[in-house]
Amino acid sequence: MAYLNDTTQEQTRARSERSVAVLSATLAILFGLFLVWGVGFASPMTIHNAAHDSRHSFAFPCH
Amino acid sequence: MLRRLFLTALAAGAIAGVLITAVQSVTTAPIIRHAELYESGELPAHAGLAEPSSRSLLAGLAEVLLPEALAHGTEAHDGSAADDHGGAWAPADGLERTAYSLLANLLLGVGFALLISAGFVLHGREVTPLGGVLWGAAGFVVVTLAPGLGLPPEVPGSFAADLQDRQLWWAAAALCAAAGLGLLAFGRGWPAKALGVVVAALPHAVGAPQPETLGGAVPPELAGHFAAASIVVSAIFWSLLGWLSSVFYRRFD
Repeated sequence: MAYLNDTTQEQTRARSERSVAVLSATLAILFGLFLVWGVGFASPMTIHNAAHDSRHSFAFPCH
Repeated sequence: MLRRLFLTALAAGAIAGVLITAVQSVTTAPIIRHAELYESGELPAHAGLAEPSSRSLLAGLAEVLLPEALAHGTEAHDGSAADDHGGAWAPADGLERTAYSLLANLLLGVGFALLISAGFVLHGREVTPLGGVLWGAAGFVVVTLAPGLGLPPEVPGSFAADLQDRQLWWAAAALCAAAGLGLLAFGRGWPAKALGVVVAALPHAVGAPQPETLGGAVPPELAGHFAAASIVVSAIFWSLLGWLSSVFYRRFD
């Protein structure tokens, strides 16, 4: 019985660790995409001109 | 976990951003400035090159540090990125322009490193330096090779289709390549892998938006050299970023 309880606790802990990992990775992906969008895609001219050479060098669509 | 992801991305993105700015400033950036002389009409379209397009790395470095001393022709050439953009603010040529490229590359480095680190976490296996380089290679395929097949790297002044159409297609090509590569690498069984190939090929089956006519003021040789340089620089960036991400991900455990 004690063994079974240990196994269940182990599984619960693994599951909660996995959901923390998935949540963290999702937040990292969203923020990462936001940064890439800002540098590579945002349309205001000031941002375009500041990031101009990077956009061309990384082959983001430009002009 | 979140702290580990962001620390990894900050460290890897900062180092890769600085190094790739140095590489760009002696490879792609001199070609961009050269192409802008044709774009702005300072050099006549399709005339013979005033200078050969393959410059030495040292010449590129000197241009960043001493822009006035090496200015083309006699006219001052400043704020060229804004030449055809309604006079909006643009960084002045030389160190200021390189500094803004550095800022852009730092942000891109951190952004892409966040995506790579998220890949480490979702994959859930031990992260090795070689594995990091492979994740970087995947980033290169998704962000450079896949969109580049339809929309090759362009110098300023090339004819191109509507910007929003190209941005949309570019994003779709990258997203489909990421999904397709994911299915190929992690999908179980042949149907999943075959679906990966189909998904990755989909945007290319539709086709990238193209201009009505090809052309532009920039000599094709210069444009071709730029496309090659851009892909090479991108390969350096992604392998560096993947490797650095794995190193810092292990360190910030």
